[in-house]
Amino acid sequence: MKKLPGKFGTIAALLLVAGVVLIALGFFADKQRAFFNYIIMYSFIVSIAVGSLGIVALEFMTDAQWSTPFRRISEFLSFGIPFLLLLAIPIVFGIHDLYHWSHKEAVEADPILQGKAPYLDEGFFIIRLFAMIVLWLIFYILIIRNSEKQDETKDYKLLTRNVKISIGFAPVLMISLTITAIDLIMSLEPHWFSTIFGVYYFAGSAVAALSAMVFLSVSLKENGYLASELTDKQFHSMSTLLFGMNVFWAYIAFSQFLLIWYADIPEETFWLEHRMHGSWGVVSLALLFIHFVIPFLILLPGRMKENRLTLKTMAIWLLFAHFLDLYWLVMPNLNKESAFFSWNEIGSLLFIAGFFMLVFKFKADRTNLTPIGDPKIEQAIGLHLHPDISID
Amino acid sequence: MLKKLKEKFVEIDGDLRLEERSNEIYGVTAVFETPDSVIEAAKKVEDYGYAKWDVNTPFPIHGMDDAMKLKPTKLGYATFTFGTIGALSALAMIAYMSGFDYKNIIGGKPFFALPPSIPITFELTILLAALFTIIFTLVVFNKLPKINHPLMETEYMRRVSSEAFGIFISAEDKKFNPDEVIGMLKSLGSNSVNLVYKFATDEDKIKTPIFKPAFLGILAGTAVLTAIITYVVLNYAIYTVPFDWMTNQPKLNPQKMSTLFADGFGMRTPVEGTVARGFKPYESYGKPDSLIRIISNPMPFTKEVFELGKKKYDTYCSPCHGNYGKGDSRLNGQFPNPPTLHSDKVRNWKDANIYHIIVNGQNIMPSYAKQINENERWAIVHYIRALQRSQNALDSDIPVDGNKK
Ligand code: HEC
Repeated sequence: MKKLPGKFGTIAALLLVAGVVLIALGFFADKQRAFFNYIIMYSFIVSIAVGSLGIVALEFMTDAQWSTPFRRISEFLSFGIPFLLLLAIPIVFGIHDLYHWSHKEAVEADPILQGKAPYLDEGFFIIRLFAMIVLWLIFYILIIRNSEKQDETKDYKLLTRNVKISIGFAPVLMISLTITAIDLIMSLEPHWFSTIFGVYYFAGSAVAALSAMVFLSVSLKENGYLASELTDKQFHSMSTLLFGMNVFWAYIAFSQFLLIWYADIPEETFWLEHRMHGSWGVVSLALLFIHFVIPFLILLPGRMKENRLTLKTMAIWLLFAHFLDLYWLVMPNLNKESAFFSWNEIGSLLFIAGFFMLVFKFKADRTNLTPIGDPKIEQAIGLHLHPDISID
Repeated sequence: MLKKLKEKFVEIDGDLRLEERSNEIYGVTAVFETPDSVIEAAKKVEDYGYAKWDVNTPFPIHGMDDAMKLKPTKLGYATFTFGTIGALSALAMIAYMSGFDYKNIIGGKPFFALPPSIPITFELTILLAALFTIIFTLVVFNKLPKINHPLMETEYMRRVSSEAFGIFISAEDKKFNPDEVIGMLKSLGSNSVNLVYKFATDEDKIKTPIFKPAFLGILAGTAVLTAIITYVVLNYAIYTVPFDWMTNQPKLNPQKMSTLFADGFGMRTPVEGTVARGFKPYESYGKPDSLIRIISNPMPFTKEVFELGKKKYDTYCSPCHGNYGKGDSRLNGQFPNPPTLHSDKVRNWKDANIYHIIVNGQNIMPSYAKQINENERWAIVHYIRALQRSQNALDSDIPVDGNKK
């Protein structure tokens, strides 16, 4: 199996270092601003790392074959999960800068916050933060260990075992992502609530994780990896999935908006109010077009779903859109008046890129790029036939 | 009976078929056992350069498009067009209904707004895109309502629609030569190659069963029967109490008892010295008209006031007094005809006298004080004055230009 070039690792390391430097500078310049930015970055990394594990689990659950040849891409990306344990630590120190509910005097003066106090409690918050990571880590280890062991043993039972684990993981994934979204992002504005918020974050994460997978698939194919494993049909299917998930995101985003708009209750509308005026209004509108309208129109024609250049561009585009989405969720809580953008955001973007490149490289150097032990792989490669008939 | 039925069928190859076949060849069919072999065979047939041929399989086979060198389907454009039509017509429908035709205030929202229209637009886009694509393909490609095809009712079709995979080469192909085609298909590995013959009658003349009177009759009969059953069941068998929680709620109703107050009346007498909103008391109420102290009509004589007066007059006064105040009641004598309003007496009255009659009534004419508020009463007076003038026009009322004619 061809190894990734060393240059890849060097670039990744440089990006990571540049990101760290910019983020560190951010903390010196304006601590609170930097913490808000850190929340965006952390949620983004969770989106891709945990979302990728979700994609892997999805393949096992649905017993899909077409995605087996490139399942490892998502498996490698989900290797980001162990590092979340480290990345979550700064949040613990930022609670007071980030969360209004963490201030005792604010809670005492506010009956609404008093009502939410048992949940929005500092200690409980930290426990939840790390408990979620531990949950993900457990399932990461269970699923990925079986998958990698199969490369050597070619044991069919490992596959059936992973199917069961994945089915168990599905509800855990949904609930844990909901808790993460509520804790990290929604509680930035503790007076506001939306019951669909967890699904909203989940939908965005799915889009981001799929985009990362699509981008890496196309790039690997272009550079001569996975040559026979990836065909136009596979690109078509994966971009259809991405397209569908993006429509799902729009559906959820709109559902949240419509209900607030219709009910017109002040305790809900104030959250959208300042996001719909001034420069935040521009960001909101941009989000609608960047995240949904433009990718929808571009990826709609069937032939576009096989066009590698379009796919690669749209994958990067949607990754950026997810970043913008998180930025739109988080930042108006810091400054309601106007939007702002500076090298803090660039720092996070560099860090994210470098982080996942390194994670990917580390795993790619040690593991096969295709799950060669998976019994489904033979049917998947050069996939032409109906699965039930082709087994001779 | 059975004999009669049997006469309708013809026996071909030991099978009973509905339609008789001619001796003219329609094409050649070949059956293959696996998807692999049919894909390989399809590639070869394509290489030989045949143009009018097709593959029939019980389910879609990945890679068949490539093997047959089919161009990407253009169906997407049709679907997209229908979807767009769906979206636009949904928006137009909502905009017309809630923005113009039936304006309804809902929660203080604009009559027409985009957010609540999106779900309906979304549904209609999907509905039209899906439904019309299917109808379109059924009619254009499958030529519905025609349901006959020479390939039907053959052993070939029976097999390839359940367990085997087949290739069909049409006799209309330029390169078609029966012996050559049969030989080629056999060499490609098919062990069941057959000739298919055209129908004996002209294909277009075969009456489609859908239009046969018996079928149409059964269809109509079923529809009528279903309607009757539904009507009976819903109206008599499972009668449900109407949804009336809105009307039957604990509240005070006029003219109704209420346990809320000690006297058991739902309606309350106003506190002494108060007046209801919008109703100024009329000081000559119930008094003779000699006591009227109002001097002139306080309403300005504008177009709006005139139109208001006309509207109220037509509603409340015209049933008795007639559209032009001539006393020619629409009630046709069921109520004593009132006198004309064009008498010298009424014309010489002050405005306040007419106003007084609207409030107090006169003899058998009842009071209209409850139905018509103050401004509207004065507007009616203006209108009656206009009616009077129209019926008793002076020469000087006619425009000078008109005189010259
Ligand atoms: C139910 C039928 C009815 C309606 C409706 C009605 N009127 Fe009369 N009105 C009469 C009758 C009958 C008389 C004659 C009463 C009498 O015998 O003095 C009358 C008399 C009058 C007179 C006095 C005519 C006269 O020569 O003494 C006026 C003015 C008048 N009505 C105006 C109105 C106006 C204005 C309205 C609309 C608000 C109205 N009426 C509605 C039945 C009606």
